[in-house]
Amino acid sequence: MPRLLEVENLKTQFETGVGIVRAVDGISYYVEEGETVAIVGESGCGKSVGAMSILRLIPDPPGKIVDGRIMFEGRNLLDLPDSEIRKVRGGQISMVFQEPMTSLNPVLTIGLQLTETMILHLGLNQEEADKRAVELLGLVGIGEPERRLKQYPHQFSGGMRQRVMIALALSCKPKLIIADEPTTALDVTIQAQILELMRNLTKDMGVALIIITHNLGVVARYAERVIVMYAGKIVEMGTAMQVYHDPHHPYTIGLLNSVPRMDLHRGRRLVPIEGQPPDLTRLDQGCSYRPRCRWAIDKCAASFPPLEAVNGGQVSACFRKNELEKDLKSAS
Amino acid sequence: MSEQVAGAAQALPLKKIAKGETLLEVRNLKKYFPVTEGILFQKAVGHVKAVDGVTFDIKKGETLGLVGESGCGKTTTGRCILQLERPTAGEIVFEGVNLEKLNSKELSPMRQKVQVIFQDPYSSLNPRMKVASILGEPMRVHGVYPDTAKRNNRIAELLNYCGLPSKFADRYPHEMSGGQRQRVGIARALCLNPDFIICDEAVSALDVSIQAQVINLLEDLRNEFGLTYLFIAHDLSVVHHLCDRVAVMYLGKLVEIADSDELFDNPMHPYTRALLSAVPVPDPSKEAQREHQVLKGEVPSPLNPPPGCVFHPRCTLAVDSCRVGIPPLRELKPGHWVACTEV
Repeated sequence: MPRLLEVENLKTQFETGVGIVRAVDGISYYVEEGETVAIVGESGCGKSVGAMSILRLIPDPPGKIVDGRIMFEGRNLLDLPDSEIRKVRGGQISMVFQEPMTSLNPVLTIGLQLTETMILHLGLNQEEADKRAVELLGLVGIGEPERRLKQYPHQFSGGMRQRVMIALALSCKPKLIIADEPTTALDVTIQAQILELMRNLTKDMGVALIIITHNLGVVARYAERVIVMYAGKIVEMGTAMQVYHDPHHPYTIGLLNSVPRMDLHRGRRLVPIEGQPPDLTRLDQGCSYRPRCRWAIDKCAASFPPLEAVNGGQVSACFRKNELEKDLKSAS
Repeated sequence: MSEQVAGAAQALPLKKIAKGETLLEVRNLKKYFPVTEGILFQKAVGHVKAVDGVTFDIKKGETLGLVGESGCGKTTTGRCILQLERPTAGEIVFEGVNLEKLNSKELSPMRQKVQVIFQDPYSSLNPRMKVASILGEPMRVHGVYPDTAKRNNRIAELLNYCGLPSKFADRYPHEMSGGQRQRVGIARALCLNPDFIICDEAVSALDVSIQAQVINLLEDLRNEFGLTYLFIAHDLSVVHHLCDRVAVMYLGKLVEIADSDELFDNPMHPYTRALLSAVPVPDPSKEAQREHQVLKGEVPSPLNPPPGCVFHPRCTLAVDSCRVGIPPLRELKPGHWVACTEV
């Protein structure tokens, strides 16, 4: 069976006054049917741009997808005419955005926004769409769905709006949902509610999920596979267990060491990654992490290390990936 | 710090507080915001009880964490301590002086001793001021280092303490990254040699790797200058890392307060338990084994809070009496106070 989504050598750039920003610089990954994949990284690493590129939601100008293929169900999404990609957006692939406050139209009722999508993509009539909207709101745990459908977004709390967004994302029975920081704007207990809901619904319906987040805890709890990005490139990829318990890239190790952890003893000193993320307009041919890397050698300046297998499907883009573990063990 | 602060602070008959003694007492603090109707003849139609009877104290040299979800009143509590809001009722006693009894002139020397670091390093620095003016202005206003050359030395020194080169004094906020701006925000909080700093979500807006740098900086400064922090945050992992004691707020009320280790190992209030269970830890094998207790419903409106215990509509332990009586804070173990009758 072919994979649901295959991204190959995707490159997205932005033209700015100070030069070309290589926001996404040749990333390749895949998503299988029904699985949950997390893309992690810090602000500006290209995780959102990479996901937006899948649905061609990059404003052009200034942005442009300059290279690559995005194979979804056997078709290259980058080659589709506009009328066809519109059918994919919200139809087979839908998105849940970070800001539940701004991603719903404030002057339309929730009901209208839900049914509009279904009438357009599923060809339902208004009556059928209304019926399904009631079902969907019930599914995402919103009480009194008939009454709530007549309300406007401002009458919903942040958590409730995100539930509406999930209902909207599920409404056309998509194969893939891309959730871009779906719970970053929400409180912890509401975050837990929303993530639990997304996990249960995607499992029940067999929908694949890409979660984009900077929260390493969320990834550990919900994702099966993890993609770590830094400065527009994928630096490590593997199952959650592999990446957390046996990281093979200095950046992944750095990230894991710099998070404060509730589950470990207090009094431990955090080990931050020194320095700042690089300026994306001034990347050279070498590894973009090397100015912050304690393992950097001369070779790292010459070329960007390719993603190579470590073990059991885990890959890492580091020339010294097999020495890190030994080094860490001898240090501790 | 390198030089003795001159000026108003010394004129006040303040007693010197030793490490471990009570520095700040908050007694039954209440802050109600009126909700008004009408344009010309405004009348109050209700009150948002942002903070409703909160009592705690902070010892010198200690870091108290104040946690809770948005709207629970943790920031308002901080603003009342800073006297940026005048409380509706209650007392704030700092170094033995009741701040509520002081007028604005008498408050001025107190303001030197209590400083704040805000969440958003983008909006808390004036975009039209250079770093030198941002740090120099408070010193000028309070008559600390009136001499320009000494003040500039002091600015360079502060920047160095906070891990920035002295040449940053000539920069504008937009010329710096988020982490660097937050370092300037910390330097500003330090510039009047305070005893007590309120960190209001001071690291929440920062990326993981930069956040760790700033957390380490806050720890270093605490050790170096013997600072006392009130650390207001919603991120429990950060609070666990930084704080000696933790107070948990829910809908304007304090529901639990205990030593950090005790609170995280042995949470007693049902809200604290749910809150801790909701925080994912960055370890997939631990997550696979953990029990995830998902709290139903949402925080009710503080305009019309439920009667009795404010948490009872979402509580799994609630009994009939919870709907009537407000549970008092009880000391169930030495230093571990819980506002719940059912534990």
